[in-house]
Amino acid sequence: MTAVDDKTWLEVGTLDEIPRQGARVLKREGGDIAVFRTAADEVFALLNRCPHRGGPLSEGILYGRNIVCPLHNWCLDLASGEAKEPDEGCAPAYATRIEAGRVFVCTEPN
Amino acid sequence: MNKERLVLVGNGMAGMRTIEELLKLEPDLYEITVFGAEPHPNYNRILLSPVLSGEKTIDEIILNSRDWYAEHGITLHTGDPVEHIDRRKRLVRSRFGLEVPYDRLILATGSNPFIIPVPGADLPGVLGYRDIADVEAMIETARGFKRAIVIGGGLLGLEAAYGLQQQGMEVTVVHLLDTLMERQLDKPAAALLKASLEKRGLTFLMEAQTAAIQGRDRVESVRFADGSEIATDLVVMAVGIRPNMALAQSAGIHCERGIVVDDTMLTYDARIYAIGECVQHRGQCYGLVAPLFEQAKVCANHLAKLGYGRYQGSVTSTKLKVTGIDLFSAGQYQGGDGCEEILFQDPGAGIYKKLVIRENRLAGAVLYGDTIDGAWFFQLMREATDISAMREDLLFGQAHLGDSGHGGQTQAALMTDEMQVCDCNGVCKGEIVKAITSKGLFTLEDVKLHTKAAASCGSCTGLVEQILASTLGSDYSTPEAKPICTCTDYSHDQVRAAIREQHLTSLSDCFEKLDWRRPDGCHVCRPALNYYLISTWPAEAIDDSQSRFVNERVHANIQKDGTYSVIPRIFGGETSPAQLRAIAEAAEKYAVRSVKITGGQRIDLLGLTKEQLPHIWKDLTDAGFVSGHAYGKSMRTVKTCVGSQWCRFGVQDSTKMGIELEELTWGSWTPHKFKLAVSGCPRNCAEATIKDFGVVAIESGWELHIGGNGGVKVRATDVLCRVTTPEQVKEYCGAFMQLYREEARYLERTAPWVERVGLAYIKKRIVEDEIGRRAFYKRFLESQKQAQVDPWKERAAGAEAHEFTALKQVNG
Repeated sequence: MTAVDDKTWLEVGTLDEIPRQGARVLKREGGDIAVFRTAADEVFALLNRCPHRGGPLSEGILYGRNIVCPLHNWCLDLASGEAKEPDEGCAPAYATRIEAGRVFVCTEPN
Repeated sequence: MNKERLVLVGNGMAGMRTIEELLKLEPDLYEITVFGAEPHPNYNRILLSPVLSGEKTIDEIILNSRDWYAEHGITLHTGDPVEHIDRRKRLVRSRFGLEVPYDRLILATGSNPFIIPVPGADLPGVLGYRDIADVEAMIETARGFKRAIVIGGGLLGLEAAYGLQQQGMEVTVVHLLDTLMERQLDKPAAALLKASLEKRGLTFLMEAQTAAIQGRDRVESVRFADGSEIATDLVVMAVGIRPNMALAQSAGIHCERGIVVDDTMLTYDARIYAIGECVQHRGQCYGLVAPLFEQAKVCANHLAKLGYGRYQGSVTSTKLKVTGIDLFSAGQYQGGDGCEEILFQDPGAGIYKKLVIRENRLAGAVLYGDTIDGAWFFQLMREATDISAMREDLLFGQAHLGDSGHGGQTQAALMTDEMQVCDCNGVCKGEIVKAITSKGLFTLEDVKLHTKAAASCGSCTGLVEQILASTLGSDYSTPEAKPICTCTDYSHDQVRAAIREQHLTSLSDCFEKLDWRRPDGCHVCRPALNYYLISTWPAEAIDDSQSRFVNERVHANIQKDGTYSVIPRIFGGETSPAQLRAIAEAAEKYAVRSVKITGGQRIDLLGLTKEQLPHIWKDLTDAGFVSGHAYGKSMRTVKTCVGSQWCRFGVQDSTKMGIELEELTWGSWTPHKFKLAVSGCPRNCAEATIKDFGVVAIESGWELHIGGNGGVKVRATDVLCRVTTPEQVKEYCGAFMQLYREEARYLERTAPWVERVGLAYIKKRIVEDEIGRRAFYKRFLESQKQAQVDPWKERAAGAEAHEFTALKQVNG
């Protein structure tokens, strides 16, 4: 890990703390980040604001690698943050990695 | 491993829809080759009429561009029809000599226009009306010539006539019978149509049999059986289509009127499927697009080796695609033995409606001039709904079932492109029409997805369906039984039956046993499945919180800014100074931003953060409150008036009745929200007649009401029955709720459910069948044992703590 990495990668907790097919929130001043865990135990992170009307994505229903915003049912790709057609928009995505059950989020967007 | 080879003969809508459905299921199973006789990629044949009338261009009706074929790795040969099938070697040979081997073959050769075998039928200037080449020839003729005769006063003939007239020609329609569109219309409706088309400048020659087409180098006139003649420059034969089965016949595949297929769309050769207008299924040939799409789904299901799809025939409906004329017909519109007819005629306003009823079910309909309810009538037909309870109002349509709904337009044809259709999302007619044609949409679901019209409250659904129907014309109809979502082909009713019969108790069971396409479903099916599981097996099924909408998972209502509102239960709407004090103190302590009295007589505390919820619940539950479930597809509130305890008019104690009903029913999950009210006398101050279950006190006891709604579309309740004691009220209420819980589809309110299954059915189950009612009530009470555990108290005590705390907090 380089010095730059030390600044941007943040340990947020363990995989067990995030419900499967659910999300938890990393609260921070620059905008909360939703940290998602899929049914296959992959972890993704998006800015917790739907590009449509700012809904909290962490509260949506997660399936496959998709999250559906609870306010107006926009569906976003967890990896890219892109809205599914025909809707248009994108939530900033953050890199994640899991090491020995501990979850890290890169706090600089991709 | 080499992929299996799939060859499609016929690059039209039916065949390509099969390929599209197959790609959705199994994108990589086959190496696909497509042969088409026409030089174009797949286009929307049902939009040929707007191309002829100049309302659209050919480019606008292309469904799959050449790029699309390339992107999906499909080899496309256009302008090169297959002329030979070698079933022994399993290969096809095209006109230009291409030989392509197959493991599976689909025949989608469509149909040919029927050309009447009269002398001169082969003269230049005599056309069918079937493909782009015909339309191009007609438009070309209209540039240099003036007069046209269309033989055939059916759907296709009238559309051709109208289109030619729009191109500037003088058109005479010649029809063998005395009634236009006799396969879709009865005489009065046909007469209205004829008058309207005559007003637009078309000429009709009825009961005329064509004897010969005359001319030297090209058509010059038509002679009829009675010896009369009409001069013309163009003859369009639109007297019907014949399944194109020449190729199949030459390969020795069994054909009758069409290529004979079974319920899996397989021909007599187990490697060869046939689909679309070329097939004969259970003795029936179809010429409309909706049945073809249903067939495509089934065929794709088998090609993808899923092996459970079955095509069982289609009920079809018809619309004429002539701008400004609204016409709809479906089912057995002619009536007959054992049928009754309900008629409405207003020739001055150009409106005619006929409903044909058999054994209390709608068997057919003809609508002229006002077709807004076409889709609804069609649904009643397909669902075989018992209409005896709404018979008097049926003809006036869904919007008139006793009530008034949200206003808005009712006749799509009269609307300009700028007029708003969807008042929730601000979508105009023009946007919808444009999306349907430019994006190749065929279903209501497609339109909702692309335009958002009818995607919120749904009250404009009928209007959107009407626009869809008038844009797509004769070929639009809704599919037989709608699947829950794109994860499956099974409908709500089929899934629920499987859960019961196969004793499925978890989501993963359902996904596995019912061959779900996505391994963990989607946001549409998961909440539905979860509901079906817990309502069918209340003591065994695992309630999956991640498959519940946020409000039900968090037990509060999410607001537009991501905060939540909290509504404590106040049984029967009767409160006390102590309760109000506790609510006031909680509201101040947590700096609630708004305090609001709800429509259901409860108190709403708004603007709480998620983290605050367990804390305020602790204070409220300590003061004796339980959750108000104002956030769920669940029993919401029992609204009451004061009743005989105080009111000088009251005849029963409605408040006490309301409290007892709320104590009985709170906490129960239902397919959609469920509201009750109890009024103390027939003045009905608690508005019980717009509730899912309403109780109105009468001198001799209680009158029970069901299926009301005061929301999107106002619907007054139907009277279920009268009873005498509070115990009976509770038994009927619990039994009715349980019937609703067990049989209504997820997200179906009681109002549309009662309309769908019919009041007579509900009376039969709840009023007439005493043993059945008791059994329902018993199951309801059984289920309530699991349901009446206060979710707030559990969470205030620490349950699901992860839900209400941040994973981590950082600065900067």
